[in-house]
Amino acid sequence: MSTPAVEAVELVKQFDQTTAVDGVSFSVPTGTVLGLLGPNGAGKTTTVRMLTTLSRPTSGTGRVAGHDIVEEPAAVRRSMGLVGQAATVDELLTARENLWMIGRLAGLPSSYVRPAGDDLLERFSLADAADRVVKTYSGGMRRRLDLAVSLIAAPPVLFLDEPTTGLDPRSRNDLWDVLRGLVREGTTLVLTTQYLEEADQLCDDIVVIDKGRVIAAGTPTQLKDQAGAASVVLTLTHAVDLDRAEQLLRTCTPDVYVEPKARRLTAQADGLADMSRIGQAFAESGIPVDDLGLQRPSLDDVFLALTGHRAEDDADQTGEIDPEGALR
Amino acid sequence: MTATATTTTAPHRQARPEVRPPSLVGSSLIVVRRNLIHIKRMPELLLDVTIQPIMFVLLFAFVFGGSIAVTGSSYREFLVPGIMAQTMAFASFIVAIGLTNDLDKGIVDRFKSLPISRASILVGRSVSSLIHSSIGISVMALTGLAIGWRARNGVLETILGFALLLLFGFAMIWLGIWVGSLMKSVEAVNGVMFTVMFPITFVANTFAPTENMPDWLATIAEWNPLSSLVQATRDLWGNGQPAGPDAALPLQHPILTTVLWAVGLTAVFAPLAVRAFQQRSRD
Repeated sequence: MSTPAVEAVELVKQFDQTTAVDGVSFSVPTGTVLGLLGPNGAGKTTTVRMLTTLSRPTSGTGRVAGHDIVEEPAAVRRSMGLVGQAATVDELLTARENLWMIGRLAGLPSSYVRPAGDDLLERFSLADAADRVVKTYSGGMRRRLDLAVSLIAAPPVLFLDEPTTGLDPRSRNDLWDVLRGLVREGTTLVLTTQYLEEADQLCDDIVVIDKGRVIAAGTPTQLKDQAGAASVVLTLTHAVDLDRAEQLLRTCTPDVYVEPKARRLTAQADGLADMSRIGQAFAESGIPVDDLGLQRPSLDDVFLALTGHRAEDDADQTGEIDPEGALR
Repeated sequence: MTATATTTTAPHRQARPEVRPPSLVGSSLIVVRRNLIHIKRMPELLLDVTIQPIMFVLLFAFVFGGSIAVTGSSYREFLVPGIMAQTMAFASFIVAIGLTNDLDKGIVDRFKSLPISRASILVGRSVSSLIHSSIGISVMALTGLAIGWRARNGVLETILGFALLLLFGFAMIWLGIWVGSLMKSVEAVNGVMFTVMFPITFVANTFAPTENMPDWLATIAEWNPLSSLVQATRDLWGNGQPAGPDAALPLQHPILTTVLWAVGLTAVFAPLAVRAFQQRSRD
């Protein structure tokens, strides 16, 4: 097996009293997407900052494209791109000027940067706005430019810190498409996210981080399997049938959960066989049903099962300080 | 976007030439160029070194000028070197604001993720701030000429006067980098710098002779580094009389003291600045 594109080896980062990252290890094969999933303040951003040489690990190390992040930071910087949490494009420059500046600073000749920049602008649907000052851009355009700028040096490894935070669903989908395109071309992606759907959509592997530690790792499917069995969800046409429906459902499977307002019943199920058995029973009983479906546990359920709290819960509520936010 | 996203190859990818990280000078120049584009895009950034000092020159010359007696020259001639020195002191302000802004917006992080020397961020910021302040000095020289100020002692002295101003500005830049690295927001920089720099530029011989101040204040004013600079430029340009025998030691040898102050302030603030910047940008 070839060397992984990115490796974290027992990374630790301490800020004064807090340990933001407490021994994080993972490995990302070339050409795949790794998602770092966790709530605010879990240590995702700090981990990315260490791997991208912006922050020096207290202990442990990592490798990017085979280069050690502590020993060879310059080589690491030549082989990766970073899309930070806030869109770090220069607001007073035009898109073209931003691309030129970063391309030149990345060590590429002007003769290369200009056509490559135009190419990226075209690709990210920014060609029409290329000579407009970035201040006038929408959030989605900024994000796309941010990504374009990070790609000007065509890095083999790209880190993205919460790339879709603050984007509307349409822009988010567009960005996902772009990222999938990059992966098809062989780029390795490491992205942090709080959105389980995003991890589910994009990632080959997921590392779940909470309070600076890796609490689970695997493919999205593996993680979902860990969260337990699937369930059958049934929505009745009339609320009056709720009691009868519940009794009927209990004859099929003992674990039933009723949400009267939504006229919804949820029951443990082992799979399709269970669902068709339940469907059959309801068809025979004559209770009108609006909707019947099999639901696999979402990553949200996985997260809840692993950490005891929802992914979108703010870390502030648990009284933790957020070293990432404080130091940005 | 969805249409273009399905492209399977990026044409530029195959053609990626060898990455040759730019030298310190090369990358600093790119950063300077970027900072100058900022000034071009937001000319109001230059207000502090254009309209504001002109306003000061005119206000002091015409409003207070009549009531402030100076010996050896007109008040207007006395005033121009003072305001130029004040502008150089405020160079620290300009650096601090620019740096805090870049740190705050994540631009510094972006630069740091690139294969360039991290010093180029500071060098670029410093050089563009000096250019910024020099624009101010030029504007003021022109305003001064319009209201009767002249450099009366010859070309060499004239140039030396401007050189001292720039040297002092260089020292002030380190103060600016230090403050800019410590502060978390542009508002904080504004608050701190205004509170600190404003009295420093006034408790000096910038706008009024120190002789008429209470003794204790006159002593502070005469030992103020800015006073040496002002006295040095006045002497070099023949604006007003050299300091009297009663004046404090620094004003007796203003050129030498200005150089010493510039070196001394740099020696103090440069290490503080570099350490604060590294600390701010390390974690």
